[in-house]
Amino acid sequence: MPEDAVVAVPAVWAVLAGVILCGLAFFAVALDAVLSARAQGVGGGWAAPLSRTARLLRQRRRTTVAADTLLWRVGGAGMFVGAFLIVAVIPFGRWTLADLDVGVVWFNAVDVMVWALVWLAGWGANSTHSLVGGYRFLAHGLAYELPLMFALVAPAIAAGSLAVGDVAAAQEGLWFVVWMPVAFLVYLVGVMGFSVWGPFAPALAADIAGGVLAELSAVDRLVFQAGRYMFLAAGAAFSVPLFLGGGAGPWLPGWAWVLVKAVAVLAVLVWLRRKVPLLRPDRFMEIGWMVLLPAAVVQDLVVSLVVVWEG
Amino acid sequence: MLIGIAFWVLAGVAVAAGVVVFVVDSMARATYALAVSFIAVGVQILLLQQNYLGLITILMMVMEMAVMAVYMVMFMGMNPALMPMDMTHGKKTAIGASVGVFVLLAGGAVLIPWPQRRGGPPDDLTHVLGLEIMGEKMLVMAVVGPVMVATIVAGVVLAAHRTRYDRFGDDLRRRPADDPQSGGVGR
Repeated sequence: MPEDAVVAVPAVWAVLAGVILCGLAFFAVALDAVLSARAQGVGGGWAAPLSRTARLLRQRRRTTVAADTLLWRVGGAGMFVGAFLIVAVIPFGRWTLADLDVGVVWFNAVDVMVWALVWLAGWGANSTHSLVGGYRFLAHGLAYELPLMFALVAPAIAAGSLAVGDVAAAQEGLWFVVWMPVAFLVYLVGVMGFSVWGPFAPALAADIAGGVLAELSAVDRLVFQAGRYMFLAAGAAFSVPLFLGGGAGPWLPGWAWVLVKAVAVLAVLVWLRRKVPLLRPDRFMEIGWMVLLPAAVVQDLVVSLVVVWEG
Repeated sequence: MLIGIAFWVLAGVAVAAGVVVFVVDSMARATYALAVSFIAVGVQILLLQQNYLGLITILMMVMEMAVMAVYMVMFMGMNPALMPMDMTHGKKTAIGASVGVFVLLAGGAVLIPWPQRRGGPPDDLTHVLGLEIMGEKMLVMAVVGPVMVATIVAGVVLAAHRTRYDRFGDDLRRRPADDPQSGGVGR
């Protein structure tokens, strides 16, 4: 394994990383809006990120009686901040912001933060529907998080390192997605989980008047929703060094391949939203523990055996 | 220098957040104040260059607090209506005991003749620390893990109101099982 698979760049470049993440999130919002418009038989939708942002910025902030404003704001703003923390350890071709020796654990720690943040956003409003949404998300979390953790273990075992750069470098020749597809799928399920996206959106569902979103308005709603899309984008981008060979690819430079792959994964996740039904937390609990978790553990076992076999 | 300042600031945050746990009148705030305290300690561990241990501390504690908040709200007589509550009971005894224990422990830490460091720190601190804690006892640890899981499962089985006869019928032949909450895999 090469000693310096990635080079840490000065902290100023965090601005560029943040801009790229926002760009990916913009793309996700726009694509979702376009697909929605097309499903209704009309065109357009690409301007949705701008128009929605403008509308929410002009909206008057709604207040509720006896709201726990501090925790409420922490929940919303935390979603916005968290996704940036993930991007810090994703190698962009040869460069990375933080060449952390335990980058995979860093990612895991940040995605666990979402448990607290979504519940806090649901709790703070002092509204029944919001709180029901918060509890729904925690129930989902109990079911998707452990499979996700075991899915993260597989690439780390194969690479013999928890550093994201090393994991990407260990895939020269054969991408991990090829020989650990189960871990990849479980990982994608986890990404949709911690982004409260697609089948994992009952916490925000219409049957509880928007759930966690019920009382969120104006800029609070903007940061929470933007945070969800950015977590989705960051999760898609993190799958590139983890399973999709990092910057490996012909003709284009490494950073371009990272972007192309991240956009592709993100597009699939966005597209999936209208293809997969909402998963009720109580139903998914059993799927998570009876299907996904054993599958991920068996995947880890297979990967471990292969690693031991090859010495 | 900078790391020293950060360390002491984090120490202050950890202690202050710990105090806040007993001051606030909301179960949610108490729980997440405790989470903040743990996160500050986790960052301190990061400052000690124990990256893995620091991040794992943060990860586990945030997850634990997120779940604990649910149970605290559920059991501590605070319905989800932000009813004010008090975290403290038997105040005089508790304060006396905790001050006494603190003086004992802190006094011990300050007064004990600490040995001088022999040799320098090894390169991979986390690895060496893991070997020091686990090394000889790895077999014991590997056995204890499954035993603990089995204990948890057995405990839940014993505590559960419903048995397999409730689920599968008297002859254990009923399929799918009669569960109050249907699962997602159609058993």
